[in-house]
Amino acid sequence: MAESVVTENGEGGDATRRDFIHIAAGAAAVGAAGMMAWPLINSMNPAADTLALASIEFDMTKVQEGQQIVIKWQGKPVFVRYRTPAEIQAARADDRAGLPDPQADADRVKEGHQQYLVLIGNCTHLGCIPTFGTGDFGGWFCPCHGSHYDTSGRIRKGPAPLNLVVPEYEFLSDTRIKIG
Amino acid sequence: MSDHESTYVPKTGIEKWLDTRLPIVRFGADYMALPTPRNLNYWWTFGGILALCLVIQIATGVILAMHYVPNTEMAFASVERIMRDVNGGDLIRYTHANGASMFFIAVYLHMLRGLYYGSYKAPREMIWIIGCLIFFLMIATAFLGYVLPWGQMSYWGAEVITNLIGAIPVIGEPVLIWLRGGPAIDNATLNRFFSLHYLLPFVIAGCVVLHLWALHAAGQNNPVGILIPKDREKKDTLPFHPYFTVKDGFAIIVFLMLFALFVFFMPNALGHADNYIPANPLVTPAHIVPEWYMLPFYAILRAIPDKFGGVVAMFAAIGILFVLPWLDTSKVRSMRYRPTMRTFFVLFVINGLILGWCGAQLPDAPVIGDFKTFILIDGDLNSYLWLTRFATLYYFAFFAIIMPLVGLRETPQPIPATISEPVLGGDAEKG
Repeated sequence: MAESVVTENGEGGDATRRDFIHIAAGAAAVGAAGMMAWPLINSMNPAADTLALASIEFDMTKVQEGQQIVIKWQGKPVFVRYRTPAEIQAARADDRAGLPDPQADADRVKEGHQQYLVLIGNCTHLGCIPTFGTGDFGGWFCPCHGSHYDTSGRIRKGPAPLNLVVPEYEFLSDTRIKIG
Repeated sequence: MSDHESTYVPKTGIEKWLDTRLPIVRFGADYMALPTPRNLNYWWTFGGILALCLVIQIATGVILAMHYVPNTEMAFASVERIMRDVNGGDLIRYTHANGASMFFIAVYLHMLRGLYYGSYKAPREMIWIIGCLIFFLMIATAFLGYVLPWGQMSYWGAEVITNLIGAIPVIGEPVLIWLRGGPAIDNATLNRFFSLHYLLPFVIAGCVVLHLWALHAAGQNNPVGILIPKDREKKDTLPFHPYFTVKDGFAIIVFLMLFALFVFFMPNALGHADNYIPANPLVTPAHIVPEWYMLPFYAILRAIPDKFGGVVAMFAAIGILFVLPWLDTSKVRSMRYRPTMRTFFVLFVINGLILGWCGAQLPDAPVIGDFKTFILIDGDLNSYLWLTRFATLYYFAFFAIIMPLVGLRETPQPIPATISEPVLGGDAEKG
């Protein structure tokens, strides 16, 4: 039996078959390691209970005209701002003002509720919370690295690359919204 | 130096028994007998100091982990409990917190030593590269550890630094969520940061073993920078013990005095008061600053007007160190014999301090007095923004332009043939 396996030139005779077995075994080991690693890596993604906290409701009558309220959603601050007519006008007037991240004010609010601006309150630069009603454009100013946002929450000046993010939300009634 | 023969002779019965089974005593004895260049100065003592720093951090850290609770509801309170109720807890925590700063003081001096004396050049590239890796792991570990007390600076530092990853195009956002374990920095983040903060010091310890292995394969550099010829090994080297254990020991005592000064008399001088306010995801501190040892890199991050560009520049500032052995074109190792390069080196050190200073300032604040000059592109010329940019430029130019060019153009001073020649005027035999 042994003679049929070990040929005269045992070194090179079965080279291609051995190479194949080496490569196949190596590939199987790499594949198996990857399959074992994936559940470990994936376990670091948001867990089911974290994802379950996905939506909240908010009563808009709590916000007074010209003010904002900050609520917490998914661990992040959310700005709910009741804009004055002058602020809405300023935002609309700047729709074509050469914005770094061009977007019309009308696209950032809900039809018929343009006085309400709902935004995720993290600066799009590195995540600080911009301060309300300050900066060169009357919207927000981020004290960390000096980003200025206008009254539509659009980036106007500074290192932030994008406008403040409008989260997914809908009006359940005239005075109640659901975020997420 | 690496292939010197073992001079260890097992004396007792147990040593003889052990020597054929696990020659660990021989390993230690050979290590202590290692021929070491006799001209090593005090800049060479930081290796031993750093080893001690790692031991102190691991020892205090393991104890702290017995009292700390990695949960957003309890982390801050558990740290305060360590400070007030755990026996000697305040000293253990202050030693750990200030130990991180001491670790970085030592590592920066250790790296500048390597830079000045050309310790990264052939045949020692691997020592340098592994060292750079250790430095990078140290930064990661320090950052993770700073998040654990769950104060305002912990939280917002974590927010800002993890957001850097979000700046990567396309994959940034999913990777960011994966890293945080949720849409924002929260309990999942704190838990994994604690786990990794416990893990990485042991990865560092493993890299230190490789660092020493590479060191003993290539042999130690010395202030003169020449390789010691085989036939001069007896004359130009001394056994590591007792000559350099004593020298290292003295340096360690002096270093521990500085360490003790901070721990006992000003334990919070290097920290930030805001970190004694519990983390609040709805309030950003007015001025977010990292710990002092990260300030130069934080400054480089802020110097670039583009978010992703800033992240790239910051990582490149560390990444460029890895290829340093191939950027330096000079054949001469030690800057003792390179007067031109020495001037640039001194400027580099000053520049690093300026970058660190800039990292702690508000970018728009004026540098000199309280006046405006003129707007250059996007900021006043008399502002930390522009000072940071000039300093960032010099940082990169030093490695990418000055190092290759000066090496080709300069005329180095004559290099001595042996390491005793500068001391004994070439007549080393008499000494």
